[in-house]
Amino acid sequence: MSTASPQHEALLSLRDVHVSFPGRRRRARTEVLKGIDLDVRPAETLGLVGESGSGKTTIGRAILGLVPVASGTVTFDGERIDTATAARRRALSRDLQVIFQDPYTSLNPSLTIGDTLAEPLIAQGGEARATRARIAALLDRVRLPADAAHRLPREFSGGQRQRIAIARALALRPRLIVCDEPVSALDLTTQRTILDLLLEIQEETAVAYLFVSHDLSVVRTMSHRVAVIHEGRIVETGEAARVTEAPEHPYTRTLLLSAPVADVAEQRRRRARRAAAAAAESAPSPDC
Amino acid sequence: MLRFVARRLVSGAVLLLVISLLSYLLLSIPDNDVGRQLLGQSADQSAVDARNAALGLDRPVLVQYFDWLAHAVRGDLGTSWFTSEDVTQTIANRLPVTISLMLGVTLVTAVVSFLLGVWAGVRRGAADRFVQVLGVAGYALPGFLVTLILVLVFAVKLGWFPAIGYTPIEESPGGWLSTITLPVASLSVASVAGVSQQVRGAVIDVLRQDYIRTLRARGLSMPRIVFKHVLRNASAPALVLLGLQFIGLLGGAVLVEQIFGLPGIGGMTVSYTARGDVPVVMALVMLTVVGVVLINLLTDILIGWLNPKARVS
Amino acid sequence: MSEANRGVWGVDPPQGTRMSESVQGAAAARRRGAFRRLLRNPLGAASLLLLALLVLAVALAPVLAPQGPQTASLGDAFAGASGAHPLGMDSAGRDILSRILYGGRNTLGGAVLSVAIALLLGVPSGLFAGYYAGKFDSAATWVANLVMALPAMVVLLASRAILGSNPWILMIVLGFLVAPQFFRMVRGIVADVRGEPYVDAARVSGLPDVRIVARHVLIVVRGPVIIQVALVAGLAIGLQAGLEFLGVGGGATATWGAMLNEAFQNIQRAPILMLWPGLALGATSGALVLLATALRDALEDRAGTPAAARPAERRAAGEAEAGVAGGERAQLLSIRGLAVAYARPDGTDAEVVHGIDLDVRPGEIVGLVGESGSGKTQTAFSVLGILPDGGRVSRGSIIVAGQEVAGLPEKRHRRLRGTTVAYVPQEPMSNLDPAFTIGSQLVEPMRHVVGLSRKQAAERALELLRMVEIPEPEQVLRRFPHQISGGMAQRVLIAGAMSCDPELLIADEPTTALDVRVQADVLDLLRRLQAERGLGVLLVTHNLGVVADLCDRVAVMNEGRIVETGATDRVLRDPQDPYTRRLLDAVLDDAPPRAPWRPVEARSETA
Repeated sequence: MSTASPQHEALLSLRDVHVSFPGRRRRARTEVLKGIDLDVRPAETLGLVGESGSGKTTIGRAILGLVPVASGTVTFDGERIDTATAARRRALSRDLQVIFQDPYTSLNPSLTIGDTLAEPLIAQGGEARATRARIAALLDRVRLPADAAHRLPREFSGGQRQRIAIARALALRPRLIVCDEPVSALDLTTQRTILDLLLEIQEETAVAYLFVSHDLSVVRTMSHRVAVIHEGRIVETGEAARVTEAPEHPYTRTLLLSAPVADVAEQRRRRARRAAAAAAESAPSPDC
Repeated sequence: MLRFVARRLVSGAVLLLVISLLSYLLLSIPDNDVGRQLLGQSADQSAVDARNAALGLDRPVLVQYFDWLAHAVRGDLGTSWFTSEDVTQTIANRLPVTISLMLGVTLVTAVVSFLLGVWAGVRRGAADRFVQVLGVAGYALPGFLVTLILVLVFAVKLGWFPAIGYTPIEESPGGWLSTITLPVASLSVASVAGVSQQVRGAVIDVLRQDYIRTLRARGLSMPRIVFKHVLRNASAPALVLLGLQFIGLLGGAVLVEQIFGLPGIGGMTVSYTARGDVPVVMALVMLTVVGVVLINLLTDILIGWLNPKARVS
Repeated sequence: MSEANRGVWGVDPPQGTRMSESVQGAAAARRRGAFRRLLRNPLGAASLLLLALLVLAVALAPVLAPQGPQTASLGDAFAGASGAHPLGMDSAGRDILSRILYGGRNTLGGAVLSVAIALLLGVPSGLFAGYYAGKFDSAATWVANLVMALPAMVVLLASRAILGSNPWILMIVLGFLVAPQFFRMVRGIVADVRGEPYVDAARVSGLPDVRIVARHVLIVVRGPVIIQVALVAGLAIGLQAGLEFLGVGGGATATWGAMLNEAFQNIQRAPILMLWPGLALGATSGALVLLATALRDALEDRAGTPAAARPAERRAAGEAEAGVAGGERAQLLSIRGLAVAYARPDGTDAEVVHGIDLDVRPGEIVGLVGESGSGKTQTAFSVLGILPDGGRVSRGSIIVAGQEVAGLPEKRHRRLRGTTVAYVPQEPMSNLDPAFTIGSQLVEPMRHVVGLSRKQAAERALELLRMVEIPEPEQVLRRFPHQISGGMAQRVLIAGAMSCDPELLIADEPTTALDVRVQADVLDLLRRLQAERGLGVLLVTHNLGVVADLCDRVAVMNEGRIVETGATDRVLRDPQDPYTRRLLDAVLDDAPPRAPWRPVEARSETA
């Protein structure tokens, strides 16, 4: 595949990206990403779905420069960024931001919310008064009270902390946010409100998301397009409806049929189809 | 496993070589005119030179070192400059005293610390506070002060044990026991304080692990879980500390042997190092490094046995 | 430890008892109060006062001391206390008070020098090694381990042979020898913090490394370093005095160690000579260690030790109360009016489950659904009798296979576990003991709970692994937990739960930690086991899909209460309670996929 979006210029492109981690105790390096091609267009959400160990989180970290890219290229807005210098990287944070999975560890417990939100603004040389105003606006945007700025993370619930993390990501008005399992640690009801907030923000600001998750149903509602990653390779990419309703790759099909749905009759049908598919392949479960 | 041991022994040998060279060079820096020191201020300069030449001190330092090394690898650590004793022989005579002291302390520490640590970690409450206070007290008092207090109370005031002297075990086991008891006890105080804290902390950590709850849910009794699963998982960090303590004892032995007049390695260290008796100091340094390498190897093997995840091979 | 805590409470911990935060016991906001808390702690205040007095007295030695430290009048040797010489005279007729005061200058000065050197070497290198890892880290760690492994006393003696006996030079050497204590501690903390997502977030925010270290790292290191300073100072004073006691360094200068040596020489004649230098040394060193302990408590914000965890009181549940809640009771598991409470440090109780009713009949799978903090895990633990320390069944009745277990003594409750009621946990990996093979962990309960012979138990273990569809069971028996996958570990745990033939299985989020494909397999396995053996299952979960897949009936739990119970199909299709409805509304199964992307022309400037 050359480009997934021939008719429009991509904001972010990955071409044949490989990432490997050093092996423990002189063992060979393990390759986590084995040639990834991806495109995210402006104001688009690309959903990236995969199981644990598939490399989905590593893609996000490679884009953000948190892990080194062994080979291949990462291009953002026409500029190659996988080889960016530390200084250029810091400047890129204006455009590239992140929301992590765990709302408990992604906020420094000893800094007030205001200090945490000020961090990106100060790093980009914001002045005090503008910073304060911006923090107030950000808290308002994620529907937290203004006095939250003076409080510590431990006074907030998981969902509220994730709102704070979203506010931090928004602080510099980025053009792309890597959302790394942003709702996986949250309860069902909280999850829904956070997803709605992310959608609203995209409507308003035209920010693009790379939305990483293990949950197909979440990815499907959030993403214009979905990419399925398995063992370091993208096995299937396409419009959300197409991938989740008529998957082409057998792996995507198994993934879809494996996720149980909250409907007894429907779940019974899925179970039967999954059993039939397994019998057809008569392959042993990959887990064993 | 064998390959692991072999690799560690080789790297230990390299370390020994490097440290021996460094120590030899460093020990040669001070301009000690050994011949002059031996013969006195009034001696004739030519006699002094002759004496230095006889000791081989007129040669370049590196030549001296390689000469020393060539003999050392054959087990000949030379003779003392000042007393003309055979260093290997002297060490061989004194080593058993120090070793028995250190083994005694390690044994006492291991047994007492594990009992106290498990007791405190499992029972918590008052037992826990008692062990913690003990830990603080043991850590707070300098080791030799504890020794002095023990001597004052048990030897001078109560007269239960001799304050000074040593009876070899082959002469009289009872006498040996009474001469070794106070030294062992005084060195054990600090060790027990440290290791029991470590065991306590590790026991508390392990008791919080999910698998302990699962084992309980399988119907196993708490004593069984504590003595099989908790102890095994909690002992690795304690062993590391015990290994470090054992090495630290080499230093403690210096003071204790000096105080009790025990004819061990520690007791000789002070006088020989003060005079800069290079062959003896070199022998002591080498002995220490060998001890450190062996203890670390032993600790790692034990930990590998206790914790399969850390196991090499 | 924190993860375990979270699991135990099954609640969103309000204080976020995470590793990162316990590392950060010395958090900034709490720090303001830390000094005040230190002073309020009697031990802390006393040791601080003692140290201040010592420093003052030693600094003012020329003013306070009756005479010079070396002034001797042999005629007064061993003289007792008198007006002019409040502490008496030593064996050479020197004034003991003067020698203590002047000696303290060497002792305290030397300790300050050593600690300063150690700080200067250990802290920056530890910061660097911990933050950047890599080659410098490996090299520095190797050196630190080597130096830690060397017996300090021996090295000091050897270095005296090289560097001469100037006491200050020896203190510098000592500084080098204790530097690894700082290095290792700082490096460890920094390496932990380095892996925290909030540090990654700071990097993504564009903060340069220097500022990340200043903002996020130093704050965490500060507290532990202060504590370590006190401990290392105590250590340095002890070693220094030991050297002086041996007559190394110092020579004729008055030092506490030399005074002790002199006293020791005269131990038979005048043991009292040991008192004052011994006291000075012990008090200084002790005050430093106590100060460190008090500092740690102050920084960790636990000025008062929390009330010792009360041994889980097993107040017998009122039989009368049990009868109050109505309805016919199931034979296998029947819960009526169950409340679970935890003892707070201040002695009051926090109730997390507020009186619930629940039944599981033989051969039935009942789902207990709720969000975190709803009390579902606490309910499961109550049935098993494995509530964590401080937690207890405060009222209500739990009947398991005809036996009331609320208020049952631990010993008798234990007899039910494994054989009547079994448990499948959430996290497969953390629920296997890493130090024992799979085989030994499977065999142990069968031998000690059921009393099978070694051979019988081994055969049955093999059978169990086949039953849970593990390929090559003979090999798996010999493996350690870290050598198998998460899905396989969960099968092993299910096999373990089935090993003593229970009638009731309590599965606490048994598939939450697994990938969907493995989850589907494990759900199939549970369904098959239940069908083959007529097991009753209480399935605790937050996943409504899992409920739809497996459960006959479902109970929805919210904030410690069961809000709705009924047949699964009915509850999922036609929820009666508003909370159940909200829960179902949040499920995205039926939500439509997002429409394809359309190019956006202008990028809005407002956020």
